[in-house]
Amino acid sequence: MSRSLLPVLVVLAAIVAIWYAAAIPVNAPWQESIYQRADETDVPFSRFVLDTWNQDRPVLPTAHQVFRELYNTTIAVSPTVPRSLVFHAWVTLSATMAGFGMGTVLGIGLAVLIVHNHAMNRSLMPWIVASQTIPILALAPLIVVIGFNLFTGQLGMPTEPARFLSKALISAYLSFFPVTVGMVKGLRAPERIQLDLMHTYHASATQTFFKLRWPSALPYLFTSMKVGVAASLVGTIVGELPTGAVAGLGARLLAGSYYGQTVQIWSALFAASILAALLVIAVGLVERLVNKRLGARAA
Amino acid sequence: MSDPTQAPSRIDTLQPAVVSASGLTLTFETNDGPVTALSDVDLEIEKGEFVSFIGPSGCGKTTFLRTIADLEQPSAGSITVNGQTPENARKDRAYGYVFQAAALYPWRTIEKNVALPLEIMGYSRAEQQKRIRQTLELVNLTGFENKHPWQLSGGMQQRASIARALSFDADLLLMDEPFGALDEIVRDHLNAELLKLWSETEKTICFVTHSIPEAVYLSTKIVVMSPRPGRVTDVIISDLPAERPLDIRETPEFLRLAARVRDGLRAGHSYEE
Repeated sequence: MSRSLLPVLVVLAAIVAIWYAAAIPVNAPWQESIYQRADETDVPFSRFVLDTWNQDRPVLPTAHQVFRELYNTTIAVSPTVPRSLVFHAWVTLSATMAGFGMGTVLGIGLAVLIVHNHAMNRSLMPWIVASQTIPILALAPLIVVIGFNLFTGQLGMPTEPARFLSKALISAYLSFFPVTVGMVKGLRAPERIQLDLMHTYHASATQTFFKLRWPSALPYLFTSMKVGVAASLVGTIVGELPTGAVAGLGARLLAGSYYGQTVQIWSALFAASILAALLVIAVGLVERLVNKRLGARAA
Repeated sequence: MSDPTQAPSRIDTLQPAVVSASGLTLTFETNDGPVTALSDVDLEIEKGEFVSFIGPSGCGKTTFLRTIADLEQPSAGSITVNGQTPENARKDRAYGYVFQAAALYPWRTIEKNVALPLEIMGYSRAEQQKRIRQTLELVNLTGFENKHPWQLSGGMQQRASIARALSFDADLLLMDEPFGALDEIVRDHLNAELLKLWSETEKTICFVTHSIPEAVYLSTKIVVMSPRPGRVTDVIISDLPAERPLDIRETPEFLRLAARVRDGLRAGHSYEE
């Protein structure tokens, strides 16, 4: 345990050291102008360093500032108020999970079509690849604006579910691709000999799918779901940027940059990466449960 | 040792042939042009026979087995299995196929692997359980029902795959070098077990092998094949007794048969290639 912990701690310490070292020169010009305006001269170096680490609106906030902000906006406040990062994280998380669910189902569905139908393989695959070459930043506002107007207008949806659905769509758009690619490979993973075996039993295509292809593809599914869930979160956050949304980690990032609240931006970034890590871990836990049920060899 | 003059008792020529091939030819299209895997093969396999196919790599022995199983389509000539086309025989579940590798599903226990064909063929739960118990007992794997394939040795895995092929009780068993990847000692043991199984179940077995002693030890009929183009050079009816202890391989009768197989292989093999 301590053997594996030591390198982790060393890397962490190095990152923190670089972080604090970088904060000094990055925040120095502003600090010097503060001193100039206050007519302070001959500030001792130790005080100068501490001051650059504790500005109100630093260019590069330091770790303790970010974590103080994280604490103040999570544990210190009720999760129901808009000041709470937990509130914003939940707004983002719920849309992410909805989008990830849709993306995974869509990804699996496309992979099944591609594996079972040669024409689909030829006609769908280029479009699927092309779909991912469009920068999501260009596409997100389109989906958000068109989707939002469509849902609230023609479909008569209230604004909140419409906004939720638009974000989930972007999230699904980003997450289906790794799932499709992984599942196409996974569903094609059975060896010739195993497919021949099913043929000798005169098994139907459905039986071959559920008894052979699907179980063979599961390891690939979980690997691609881990990639997909992270992409899904990015999709939701990007979807929150142009909506004029007032809630969600994306909205929090945008508001922070409008008002020069760098500490707020950084704490939202940290919240997003913690969320991403939790999502990947959650997929990993499900994977382990499934592996256990499938009787896989203990790693 | 039993009486060596006892005639092979299992061949009953009155029944229709289990496999009947005439003028069977099979050509694969490859990037380097057509490759003839089988050319003009004539062969009859009677019910209850244990037929070995022996020959060097590329002689078409596996292809012939796969053609019986409807895994390959002949280019010319005809072949029937139980008097039907191979396709209809396959749809009737006329045979069990044992591949070179055990090809067990790693996510299924041994019991569930044996149940696989039974599930596909729609046997009831109770019937599945009964057949799993019977076939696992037949291959000496009782007690390993709930193990996963990786927990078993190579020889045990191959025995499980034989149990899987036997579970739905097809009269014909097609085995493609099933013991090729196993070491000599395990192979000897499994050969003896296979003979015992054959005499208990009275199945017809087609067995592909590289090994002369294995072919002679197991078979009532040995089909010697030669490569490019795959053809049958000799068909040897074994006069060894049905009861075959492992040390029968030291007897003059056994060695004489082995010598004849070796001659057949040599005659069919061109070293100029």
